[in-house]
Amino acid sequence: MKVYLAILLTAILTENFVLAKFLGICPFLGVSKKLNTAVGMSAAVIFVMAMATAVTFPINKFLLLPHDLAYLQTIVFILVIAALVQLVEIVLKRYIPALYQALGIYLPLITTNCAVLGVVLLNVEKAAADTSFGFAASMFNSVGAGLGFMLAMVMFSGVRSKIEQADIPKFMQGLPITLVAASLVSVSFLGFGGVIEHIFG
Amino acid sequence: MAERKSLGQEFSKGLLKENPVLRLVLGTCPTLATSTSMVNAIGMGISVTLVLLCSNIVISLLRKVIPSKVRIPAYIVIIASFVTIIQLLIKAFVPALDEALGVFLPLIVVNCILLGRAEAFAGKHKVLASAADGLGMGIGFTAAVFCMATIREFFGSGTLFRGADSLLGLFGVTSFTGIDVFSHIPGIEPILIFVLAPGGFFTFGLLMACANRIAERKGKPKAQLNSCENCPMAAACTMRGGACETDAKEAVNA
Repeated sequence: MKVYLAILLTAILTENFVLAKFLGICPFLGVSKKLNTAVGMSAAVIFVMAMATAVTFPINKFLLLPHDLAYLQTIVFILVIAALVQLVEIVLKRYIPALYQALGIYLPLITTNCAVLGVVLLNVEKAAADTSFGFAASMFNSVGAGLGFMLAMVMFSGVRSKIEQADIPKFMQGLPITLVAASLVSVSFLGFGGVIEHIFG
Repeated sequence: MAERKSLGQEFSKGLLKENPVLRLVLGTCPTLATSTSMVNAIGMGISVTLVLLCSNIVISLLRKVIPSKVRIPAYIVIIASFVTIIQLLIKAFVPALDEALGVFLPLIVVNCILLGRAEAFAGKHKVLASAADGLGMGIGFTAAVFCMATIREFFGSGTLFRGADSLLGLFGVTSFTGIDVFSHIPGIEPILIFVLAPGGFFTFGLLMACANRIAERKGKPKAQLNSCENCPMAAACTMRGGACETDAKEAVNA
């Protein structure tokens, strides 16, 4: 259990997907303006990341690897994710309308979100390098990555609401100041370096 | 197409006027992630350009065959195939680059520049025009990432073209391994944070400010995220007219 907790916390803090790995920058800059959209988007990302890992990990282990088809990973995974997002959308719309209301509008945007394909590919890469990194570890890593994404989005939406009220030099208005603010948020996450290793040894 | 443009114009618009990174704000993830060194930037730029050129040509050739309802998945499959080819070639011939780019090489598949150009251009235009567009956009991407990488590598590592032998090795040159600038000046240390994540965001922000300033002088609008016509998912997006477009409109009015 300690191992899984370490994986989870590493994915959230030290290897934060947005602020340390540069994955999922588009939604991070695009949908972080308001807190409710930031939360909705990140909830959808956590959901799809977990689902995508749960589906692609067995596909990779029992279909691609035994038949020497590892080079097809990119094509297979992106198709699986695209189909999965469609399927989730249909199922939610039909059976859980309340959840669809909350997450539905973000789902199509997630198909081409590099954070989702990224987490799936990184899991497979880690599993190939280390045999003890199995299905459970992959799931913890995915959920951690999603939670890290959410943490970054929520923090950043707070920062942005302050920027809105600030008097910013004309040439920095809009995207430039947003990126500089992201840089400062990212500095704060550098502080977590080494923390996980010290806690878990 | 409102007016017929020459092939030269289709090619050159991607370099400055519609630069994918600094004007259309597409492909921000690879721009930030692969601009830690100039060699990585060139490697990533060449890979993206090749994939974009090939996928634009094939999508343009098939534009009358692909039914419009399933065009997005079809584009994704075409792009993913070319990405896999490039990935295998790089693994075989430049393994050091494969290691440096890591997961961002397969992630070219979900790079908005590729799907964006497929949807906005190649799916509607003739083959030669699409090829010119792809080549121009690819080179524009490479130029922007290279520009960022030069700043980040110079200040962050104090070198220029570090690790150039991995790329030049393809042509049999292994003696040039980059220029070490800072080590010749005593008492000056490189600013490490420039090659770390915060430095990436910071450099990108400053470059974007410069690009906006130049655009403003020429009377062009500022670059902004969420301008829906550039978004590859615009067709499938239910946020159209909702949160995403109002955000864009607010930004215009501000």
